[in-house]
Amino acid sequence: MIRIDCPVCGLRDETEFTYGADASVTRPAMEDTGMQHWVDYVFNRDNPRGWHREYWHHVQGCRQWLVLERNTLTHQIGTCHLARDADLAVKEAAK
Amino acid sequence: MTKYSAFSLVRHALSGNRNWTRAWRDPESKPAYDVVIVGGGGHGLATAYYLAKEHGITNVAVVEKGWLGGGNTGRNTTIVRSNYMMPGNTMFYERSMQLWEDLSQDLNYNVMISQRGQYNLCHSPGQMDAARRRGNVMRANGIDAELFDRAEVKRRLPYLDYSDKARFPIHGAIYQSRAGTARHDAVAWGFARGADRRGVDILQQREVTGYLWDGGRIAGVQTSQGEIRAKKVALCVAGHSGHLAQMAGLRLPIETHCLQAFVTEPYKPLVDTVISFGAAHFYLSQSDKGGLVLGGDLDMYNSYAQKGGLPIVEHTLASAKALMPCMSRLKLLRHWAGVMDMSMDGSPFITKTPVEGLYLNGGWNYGGFKATPASGWCFAYTIARDAPHKDNAEFTLERFNRGYQIDEKGVGPQPNAH
Ligand SMILES: Cc1cc2nc3c(=O)[nH]c(=O)nc-3n(C[C@H](O)[C@H](O)[C@H](O)COP(=O)(O)OP(=O)(O)OC[C@H]3O[C@@H](n4cnc5c(N)ncnc54)[C@H](O)[C@@H]3O)c2cc1C
Ligand SMILES: [Zn+2]
Repeated sequence: MIRIDCPVCGLRDETEFTYGADASVTRPAMEDTGMQHWVDYVFNRDNPRGWHREYWHHVQGCRQWLVLERNTLTHQIGTCHLARDADLAVKEAAK
Repeated sequence: MTKYSAFSLVRHALSGNRNWTRAWRDPESKPAYDVVIVGGGGHGLATAYYLAKEHGITNVAVVEKGWLGGGNTGRNTTIVRSNYMMPGNTMFYERSMQLWEDLSQDLNYNVMISQRGQYNLCHSPGQMDAARRRGNVMRANGIDAELFDRAEVKRRLPYLDYSDKARFPIHGAIYQSRAGTARHDAVAWGFARGADRRGVDILQQREVTGYLWDGGRIAGVQTSQGEIRAKKVALCVAGHSGHLAQMAGLRLPIETHCLQAFVTEPYKPLVDTVISFGAAHFYLSQSDKGGLVLGGDLDMYNSYAQKGGLPIVEHTLASAKALMPCMSRLKLLRHWAGVMDMSMDGSPFITKTPVEGLYLNGGWNYGGFKATPASGWCFAYTIARDAPHKDNAEFTLERFNRGYQIDEKGVGPQPNAH
């Protein structure tokens, strides 16, 4: 059983959450017309053996979307943030 | 290499079964091959077999990091069927079904194909309509399919829950009588023996860790025990596809997920067919040893761990109980997991890649065991001729650029939903 330390609710069992998707892909700008950028965004994945950045939804708890790091070989959980904070941090770093 | 026959069985029995020779050699690697196949599962071994048999290409090595069939080939629930509806899939899986039907004779190795039939249960009028449509597509392509109403399903499978309390009432089922099961290990071993006797070298306990390059072209592989040069390198590594593609600078429309399977304690003969629940991802059959073989859903998150979590154990057993209440007293004997190559549209790849010299076979999702013979047959054709056969022509990577996904379930680019 994976246990996730939700920033709002604390340590909870995986069964309270729903896995979302790979959180490392970013949507191209809406005016980007490069077909390959969109194909990469929608379909292609790094699919790493090891640490993976991903969305989870605390659907049976605070109902917040989270971004967490999880090791795909060991299922160990690394950092865990609210998705909106993680998103702001990415935007900050890009500035 | 001795041919197996009733006569050889008797002869060896008389000498106390002490003189059987090994089924395939354990050779040293040559420095170079025409084709190096990475991955000694069913698909890699079948590819080697058909390269030799159909195309006369015998200067071939299969490089396996563990032991033959130790990946998904030896971990699956062995269901074989050809009930696919989307153009691109339908005739490919039917080719596989036809190859299965005389595989034991062709390989001179008993793969224990058992065409015991498969039911896909329907639990709503909508599912019955969808099943009718699928059945019509199959029959229009010459594949057997029958639609049964509730009364007929009840007559044939009396042990399911038809009570008023059934959580998901059974409305009927679509049935393929030629579907069934095969013995997974025997498939790997039969193809290995057939390839070996035609000159293919099978190299076990040797992991591919990188590629040799000749300019922008792949010219061989680096392994845990030295380099092997090759004109063509063919990947058949299932859940490790993304990892081996990445070493060649490719990103694939594949995610690796974990799928579990379960066997109960042996029980007297009860289920003489294969049954798929239509309300949740759950199916069962009964092995020759008597254990009920159960399959469930993915663990849902990306995983290379090759071990599953407890929530899916509970989910699978709850589904089992909802469908077949009489199972509730059986104990589980074993459970295990494999790492699945889940593709973005639920369909596979048998194709050349943008990297010169590199060929890809992968993206098999939950369903690649049934594909094993046709996958090897079509991949061998593609490698030998540098062009696909018409039965694997749609299994390209470019289909995503063109918007031609083969999405059998119609769920979109969400690998864990297929
Ligand atoms: C629990 C479960 C149930 C399933 N049920 C069914 C079913 O009922 N019906 C069905 O049709 N399909 C089913 N499948 C799917 C099916 O098992 C697979 O799609 C199929 O067996 C894949 O065969 P393969 O040869 O491609 O892969 P594998 O058998 O996994 O072979 C790949 C091989 O590559 C090797 N490898 C990986 N990396 C390297 C490297 N770097 N160097 C060298 N070797 C490497 C691995 O060790 C492995 O042996 C199921 C799968 C699972 C896990
Ligand atoms: Zn929460």
